[in-house]
Amino acid sequence: MASDTEKETGLVFHPMQQFEVSPLFGDGPVHWYTPTNVTLWMAIAVLAITALMVLGTRGRAIVPNRLQSVAELAYGMIHKMVEDVAGKDGLKYFPYIMTLFMFIVFGNMLGLLPKSFTVTSHVAVTGVLALAVFISVTTIGFLKNGTAFLGLFWVTSAPLVLRPVLALIELISYFVRPVSHSVRLAGNMMAGHAVIKVFAGFSAIAVISPLSILAVTAMFGLELLVAFIQAYVFTILTCVYLKDALHPSH
Amino acid sequence: MEGNIAQLGQYIGAGLAAIGSGVAAVGVGNVAGNFLSGALRNPSAAAGQTATLFIGIAFAEALGIFAFLVSLLLMFAV
Repeated sequence: MASDTEKETGLVFHPMQQFEVSPLFGDGPVHWYTPTNVTLWMAIAVLAITALMVLGTRGRAIVPNRLQSVAELAYGMIHKMVEDVAGKDGLKYFPYIMTLFMFIVFGNMLGLLPKSFTVTSHVAVTGVLALAVFISVTTIGFLKNGTAFLGLFWVTSAPLVLRPVLALIELISYFVRPVSHSVRLAGNMMAGHAVIKVFAGFSAIAVISPLSILAVTAMFGLELLVAFIQAYVFTILTCVYLKDALHPSH
Repeated sequence: MEGNIAQLGQYIGAGLAAIGSGVAAVGVGNVAGNFLSGALRNPSAAAGQTATLFIGIAFAEALGIFAFLVSLLLMFAV
């Protein structure tokens, strides 16, 4: 389909081409074990996170250098978020939430490099992350509170007549959580990176209108912000779901 | 330009569903604008409420995402 539209519209590159999953070696079919560009960029993200967090904090200087400051800022921010939103007893799950945040923020940011692949732009990737959160949070809720966890759906502050209706709504909204959780991240990343590609296409007329360079620069700045905010939102929603599981009373 | 009437309906439906994304933008703007007007009245309380702001934005955005999802389903899955 992409090649058809290319011919019709005459674009040099298709804005959605960057999201195609292709094998790293050769042109064979993609199986679950085939190393693809997704595998490559996930590995790069993991290596970059390891480099930042392990090498950055290796010096353990009292006055941190730049790399250590970044690592400490990220750690402190997520630690405070978990403590504020999920409560003190949520800190037990801090390592997992920190891992989620770092992986998503690096997946988003690395996708902004030219010629790179945005791992988090695929619902398959974000869906797994969101489902992992959903399943583990539900399990934690039942393990911690037993059947009292179902009190999450039974709003005691509402009039008795309304409670069954509210319970149905709460139940539906509970089960669409993984959907909105994953599609929010994937949709934002896909749309944002496609917009950058479209704006980059305008730079072909840079000789006539230098404004196009300015426009793509501004879009890039906005996307840097969105890449960070979406990782932040994903993490903070994880904390909110965790809080619901730990303290199900309204 | 040949095609069938079902495909026409699909594309029109996907376009109509995309309106929902725009309406979600109104909701997100409403949340952010109200936060800003509240924050300017009492700046000292604003810093503690940024988490609530993002949660509110996320919930407002979720319904726009469903519209986007319906649009995607109509385009590629139906």
